[in-house]
Amino acid sequence: MHYVIVGNSAAAIGAVEGIRSVDPNGRITLFSDEPYHTYSRPLISYYLFGKVTEDKMYYRPLDFYERQGVEARLGTKVSSLMLEEKMVVLESGERVSYDRLILATGGKPILPPMPGRELEGVSSFLKWEDVKGLEKTLFPGARTLVIGAGLIGLKAAEALVKRGAQVTVVELANRVLSAILDESAAAMVQESLEEHGVRFFLENTVAEILGTEGKVSGVRLQDGTVRECDRVVIAIGVSPNTNLAKDTELMLNRGVLVDEFMQTSVAGIYAAGDVAEGYDILYRQKRVLPILPNAYKQGFTAGVNVAGGSQSYRGGFAMNSIGFFDLPMITAGIVKPEGDEFTVMLAADKARRLYKKMVLREGKIVGFIALNQIDRAGILTGLMDKEVDVTPFQDDLLREDFGYVYFPKEYRQQQLLKGVLEGEPS
Amino acid sequence: MKRVYAREEICGGCKLCEVHCAVAHSQYPHDIIKAFLKQETKPIARILVEEGRPISFALQCRHCEDAPCTKACITGAMQKDPVTGIVTNDETRCVGCWTCILVCPFGAIKRDESEHKVASKCDLCATVGGTPVCVQNCPNDALVFTDELWRR
Amino acid sequence: MTISMSTPDFLIERDRDRCIKCQVCVRQCANEAHFWDEEEQKVKANDALCVNCHRCVTYCPTHALTIRKYPLEFRENANWTASTIKAIYRQAETGGILLTGMGNDRPYPIFWDHLLLNASQVTNPSIDPLREPMELKTFLGRKPDQLKVEDGHLVEKIPPQLELEVPIMFSAMSYGSISLNAIKSLAAAAERVGIMYNTGEGGLHKDLYKYGKNTIVQVASGRFGVHPEYLQAGAAIEIKIGQGAKPGIGGHLPGEKVGLEVSQTRMIPEGTDAISPAPHHDIYSIEDLSQLIYSLKEATQYQKPVSVKIAAVHNIAAIASGIARAGADIIAIDGFRGGTGAAPLRTRDNVGIPIELALAAVDSRLREEGIRNQVSLVVGGSIRNSADVVKAIALGADAVYIATAALVAIGCHLCQKCNTGKCNWGIATQNPQLVKRLNPEIGAERAANLIMAWEHEIKELLGGMGINAVESLRGNRLMLRGVGLSDRELNILGVLPAGE
Repeated sequence: MHYVIVGNSAAAIGAVEGIRSVDPNGRITLFSDEPYHTYSRPLISYYLFGKVTEDKMYYRPLDFYERQGVEARLGTKVSSLMLEEKMVVLESGERVSYDRLILATGGKPILPPMPGRELEGVSSFLKWEDVKGLEKTLFPGARTLVIGAGLIGLKAAEALVKRGAQVTVVELANRVLSAILDESAAAMVQESLEEHGVRFFLENTVAEILGTEGKVSGVRLQDGTVRECDRVVIAIGVSPNTNLAKDTELMLNRGVLVDEFMQTSVAGIYAAGDVAEGYDILYRQKRVLPILPNAYKQGFTAGVNVAGGSQSYRGGFAMNSIGFFDLPMITAGIVKPEGDEFTVMLAADKARRLYKKMVLREGKIVGFIALNQIDRAGILTGLMDKEVDVTPFQDDLLREDFGYVYFPKEYRQQQLLKGVLEGEPS
Repeated sequence: MKRVYAREEICGGCKLCEVHCAVAHSQYPHDIIKAFLKQETKPIARILVEEGRPISFALQCRHCEDAPCTKACITGAMQKDPVTGIVTNDETRCVGCWTCILVCPFGAIKRDESEHKVASKCDLCATVGGTPVCVQNCPNDALVFTDELWRR
Repeated sequence: MTISMSTPDFLIERDRDRCIKCQVCVRQCANEAHFWDEEEQKVKANDALCVNCHRCVTYCPTHALTIRKYPLEFRENANWTASTIKAIYRQAETGGILLTGMGNDRPYPIFWDHLLLNASQVTNPSIDPLREPMELKTFLGRKPDQLKVEDGHLVEKIPPQLELEVPIMFSAMSYGSISLNAIKSLAAAAERVGIMYNTGEGGLHKDLYKYGKNTIVQVASGRFGVHPEYLQAGAAIEIKIGQGAKPGIGGHLPGEKVGLEVSQTRMIPEGTDAISPAPHHDIYSIEDLSQLIYSLKEATQYQKPVSVKIAAVHNIAAIASGIARAGADIIAIDGFRGGTGAAPLRTRDNVGIPIELALAAVDSRLREEGIRNQVSLVVGGSIRNSADVVKAIALGADAVYIATAALVAIGCHLCQKCNTGKCNWGIATQNPQLVKRLNPEIGAERAANLIMAWEHEIKELLGGMGINAVESLRGNRLMLRGVGLSDRELNILGVLPAGE
């Protein structure tokens, strides 16, 4: 059996580990257009400000491919698929046949068609290369403009501030982190970032990047203001990198559609991670969930199934743990609900920048925001994942010490004593 | 695998498990007084006693079969040992992004911000071997280290 | 409000070089003597609340704590002692009876400590219990006047007997006065070592029925928890007339200790006071007592021995004789040092007589009357160690009851605050947060260990006397000699002075 994996990040590594959990011997070939040993994309901002050194960027030990028996063809781009022939075509023209194919090509930055994008000093913030480029040319006091106040944009902004840059963030929405925070929480986060020197322009965007002699010199915003700057980081968002799947019979929506086994519409071809569009158990529809835990799990599931095992991943939901300077936050699911079916519970302390919001639907948690007080937030995501009816202890959810002690005894013991009461699969 | 289980019906909530856990994972694992009084930052316990009068019980990493923290870890620092089953965090690689806290359904991972930020969690005292210190030091035998089935 | 003249009894000393601020002491002290000062980030103490139960001292992981007698001195006065004065201050403040727990702590003579045991030398061999069999098995109950044997077989019908592997039993402590975990500890220990525990007047909790063959079920003046299944459940029934710690008065379990389980077990409404009257309202004479004894025998088809428990009081010998004649199979006598979950201080400390004298008097009297075989004698009221057990048996007891010693084995530190319900060791409390501190498995092991340890010691002492069965020691007062006793005391004890 020859497995071909396209991609080299969380989903691809998950796929390798998934395959190996079932099939220790099958041949695995992995293609990556990037030349690096598998590294962690979310670490690039840590790399930029020096918290993570090059040797710590790697997602798995350097002997990973060898130990897992993977032929890793790094820096080798797959340019197209020949599904009929079960082959991938490399940029060099070489054709590699496969028995099973896993697409883990991830996401690509959304680059709006604005003039000036090609200027020197404009970069995106997704790959290691992006920050390596930035790192080389960054100088203290560099006026840097970040387009987008989402997860990537703000993580970039934080790293840039820590590197001594003057950072301005432009965001089209009315608040920062609009995908994961409501207005109140966003205001607290924005305030905190402003205290660290970040400037914000909300409900605005860059209409044009201005340049002189091929280099960035400023931007013209939608409202006409012109701001001088030395660097522009485009961090508007990520879309599934479906280049390979396009123009094939693979069914696409935003991403490559997959079932609960991560199989695409074509038998034997699987997709996982940011390129795939799996089921969102909260929105109850297929959705791209571009977060690392989801990518790994999907990858692992794809790996198990592709190798003849059987594991289903019924779906995930959006969840994030992120922090800027000394303000951590954890959010999940539906945080700004609209409609009568939702119940919202709130606890806020503006002075301490504490904010906790709980969104319930049909007695179950479907979303929450935890700002600053993030300890044990996984209990909440666990309840969401298992779709536990929280009505019996609903009033305790906002407590600072919320934990298993508030669960009904039977449920608590079932969870905590599982091993001794029910045993475990050996 | 052998895990630590709490018997809430006899947990007195003294938190000696937390004290001894903190010491065992401090710079002075064999000197409780130095661990607390000499070490610059207060040692952190990797076990947590939950209290809701009258019940209380200790909770620590369950070393899940299908450990979500290992899957969610963005650095690859959180790993489950395929032989022992113990989930450990390589603190030299951990960056303190708290994604493990996001996914741990037991809330068993703590933030240790004493030096560089790292996720701090139970390692079943694997580096020392034998029975974990929390179990050894529970004055009421409310913690059990076992892989046997209990008959209800 | 006027100023309180009460001063602390104890001083909490904290070694700051050892305190790691873990606050285990704060969490463990139900009296809230330790507290955490958030502002100063320090553990502090309120000495006045300390009862010196040693919970914090035992639990402190760095041994940073010591409890001392509060150093405040009163003007020296052999008559008006500090405790006398402090009691008056308390009563002047409250206007109430002084309540206390455990047994009489006054310095009355302890006759056990004036009795010495014999040992074999030259003329008769001592026995090594590690090499030779040694019999401690004891049967409690009425013994027939004679034994009829036909064709080598015993044809005499033997009345029901309680069978003990060791002549020691755990005496009555009710569910209510002590926690369910404490009772479970004793019940499981009794089962393990083949002895009895006693329900007291607390009824029998549903979890305890499985220990039936090691249970003595008590019927007391409040009749709490008494019903046919209860009487059938035990191996013997005990009618409680009196208690050594508080002869002549009844019991009072305050409503706050009557939670759901206690209420179900005692068959009284939740939260109501459980008041055991001073007398049984249907017993005003030996004849009345006899009626109750036979009612209970009827109810259990004459298959269980019936015991009558009384406090040791002035004419104990005559009372015991009456009880024997009333049909009791066992008489349990509780000396004036016996413990309690709650008693008026003045009663506890001033009423009753020492068990040693009571036992000797009763045994002598029953022998004189020729009815000693009709009853077994069980004595309690501060049996502190195995030597006390051996001395009691030599004085004439068939077995002993222990309670304080058993509670000490499972954690009691004799702080004498049982009545407050704040027992930090999870024994004399119904507060679920405190009850769970006593793991009944550990309790059972410790209580069983105590009995096993005493069993070994008793065998050693018997062996030393050249005796290989406890039966041969029973009432064998020649094995005792008195020291420092008056002729009259020696006379009552039926013991020769040392040297004679």
